[in-house]
Amino acid sequence: MANHESTYVPSSRFAKWMDERLPIARMMHGQFVDFPTPRNLNYLWTFGGILSFCLVVQIVTGVVLAMHFAPSANDAFDSVEHIRRDVNYGWLIRNIHAVGASMFFFAVYIHMFRGLYYGSYKAPREILWIIGVIIFLVMMATGFMGYTLVWGQMSFWGVTVITNLFSSLDGVIAGLGTKIVQWLWGGYSVSGVTLNRFYALHYLLPFVIAGLVALHIWSLHVVGQNNPTGLDIKAKADSVPMAPFAVMKDLFALSLFVLLFAWLVFYAPDWLGHADNYVEANPLATPAHIVPEWYFLPFYAILRAIPSKLGGVIAMFAAIAILVFVPWLDTSRVRSTKYRPIYRWFFWLFVISCLALGYLGAKPAEGVYVMWARVFTLYYFAHFLLVMPIVGIIETPRQLPRSITEAVLGPGGGGAKAAAAAAPEKR
Amino acid sequence: MITRTIRTALQALVLAAVVAPTPLLAASEAVHIDRQKWSFAGVTGTFDKAQLQRGYQIYKEVCAVCHAMKRISFRNLAQAGGPAFPEESVKALAASFKVEDGPDDNGKMFQRPGKLADPLPSPFKNEKEARSIHNGAYPPDLSLIARARNVEYLGPWYLHPFSMVRDVVNGYQEGGADYLYALLTGYRNPPGNLKLADGMNFNAAFPGYQIAMVPPLAKDNFIKYQADAGATGSLEQNARDVTAFLSWAADPKHDERKRMGWKVLLYLLVTSVLLYFAKKRLWAKVH
Repeated sequence: MANHESTYVPSSRFAKWMDERLPIARMMHGQFVDFPTPRNLNYLWTFGGILSFCLVVQIVTGVVLAMHFAPSANDAFDSVEHIRRDVNYGWLIRNIHAVGASMFFFAVYIHMFRGLYYGSYKAPREILWIIGVIIFLVMMATGFMGYTLVWGQMSFWGVTVITNLFSSLDGVIAGLGTKIVQWLWGGYSVSGVTLNRFYALHYLLPFVIAGLVALHIWSLHVVGQNNPTGLDIKAKADSVPMAPFAVMKDLFALSLFVLLFAWLVFYAPDWLGHADNYVEANPLATPAHIVPEWYFLPFYAILRAIPSKLGGVIAMFAAIAILVFVPWLDTSRVRSTKYRPIYRWFFWLFVISCLALGYLGAKPAEGVYVMWARVFTLYYFAHFLLVMPIVGIIETPRQLPRSITEAVLGPGGGGAKAAAAAAPEKR
Repeated sequence: MITRTIRTALQALVLAAVVAPTPLLAASEAVHIDRQKWSFAGVTGTFDKAQLQRGYQIYKEVCAVCHAMKRISFRNLAQAGGPAFPEESVKALAASFKVEDGPDDNGKMFQRPGKLADPLPSPFKNEKEARSIHNGAYPPDLSLIARARNVEYLGPWYLHPFSMVRDVVNGYQEGGADYLYALLTGYRNPPGNLKLADGMNFNAAFPGYQIAMVPPLAKDNFIKYQADAGATGSLEQNARDVTAFLSWAADPKHDERKRMGWKVLLYLLVTSVLLYFAKKRLWAKVH
């Protein structure tokens, strides 16, 4: 992949002139046109492209919203309503941005579970994976701050609860937590000052994400894509050029994704929201249940499962940080869970745990809910710290196919079709 | 069968909650709210102009006595997709209100007749005044009330995901309307052993059952409609109409949204089908 040469041929005198000075077209051609992609990718691999689309949608709609939004405690909520009611197509832009955040996280969770299932974090893709974890973390920060900007009751109380978590650091060094919280707030409580700085950061971070995505893709194009077999590309027949093959498949998947996206935008814009956030922020009235957006719920459940505040905060951040170490926690020599008869069960148990934690995060922290949140939190960490290292050692993987081509076309399938894939330009 | 069992269970639960002794009533437990049929529900839903006009009448004669609605201006009442009163009559309506404006060139505030661009007038100057009038309670602004309320899911946990999927497939967004209707028709005599707090009223739909708002409508005290209004007045009809009006006020672009929606979806559907066949044909060479 790194040694993959672009087959770019400048088609005009200007293109040739440009190619000798800044070969950007050559690079794009090499990376996004004739770049070899494994021929056996399934639809789970379309989410990388879908996520890039999500980022662009959020940035474009976000910039337009920023033109109409007023970042102050007095005006924020009113300006959002102004956008919904009076700005031309403001209701549409605002719905796309709000639903878009959910779609972004929906896609990123599928992308992450896909990576976990097919072992996409294993050598040589550790850095690729770690950049992904950092993107996820920055996405969470961006989503969290964006939700604050609406300045509804849930925005206000959500930010109050979450920023207050840092005060638990008072238990480590007296006064440290309080200082950090005041520094985040820009005062002694969540106020317009907090809103204003979150606005600045909410505008900044998407561009940080865009930079990280560039690194993510760079790294991906150095090591090459993983695939459902987890095998490397060994022969030319194992791959097809990205354009038109992978591009066409990505476009079809993207179209279905946008279909779902549009359904929510037009017919269920508030399905994933909270009614309380249509009430303007009021520091004097606390909502009955303070619940974060759905995409934070598993982590919120982990936070509340731990009896001590500091412990909960540590567990919550550890739940994300632990992902960084996955490439070294998994001891199996086989990448794809498809060929791992024991680990496969644990993988699905992990998925169920995450879903269960999501459900429990939306429930009040009392009685049987806390008990179950503890059970699933325990498994969440056990999966990484015990299952991944131990199962990798004791498990006997199933027989792997000899090559990607064999996995797709069967043992004798190296004939005409493999040749067609190897040299599509000759058809 | 299952749904019937659930419904029976829910009814039993509600019954238990309503007739239960005071301690349970004191807790702010969510109560079961029946889903209503709304013209604006679902994918093809649109607001019924006649209903919104009746709803505005209720709002004006009942709600507006205590509640403000600052995000709706007179001009909105003439807009398509809303009550769509003739512009001339809305102008006349606006002009019938006195609005404070200014300062003028001498620095003085002055009174002038209302204009289309003015928000619907508030019955109080500010929150302090509202609270002093209403025994300490603050009647919330009604512009967004239909979006700011919702119905809580009360069934068993294992059916919750299915209920959510059913709601998104049906485009169910009328939880707020269902709640408001239940609230407006939910005033009852308190159960015998319940001591209401001072100035409170019993309402079967309100979390905690004790609400400061006096019954705005009653079985024998409702708003009568004109002969050509398209419906006859009753407590239920009044509640239904004003709820529709409040739903529109909270989402005035509702009709435009749903009208555009099916065009977008149709376009995407056709695109998806074309892309599917293009992809299939392309990949047939290599798979």
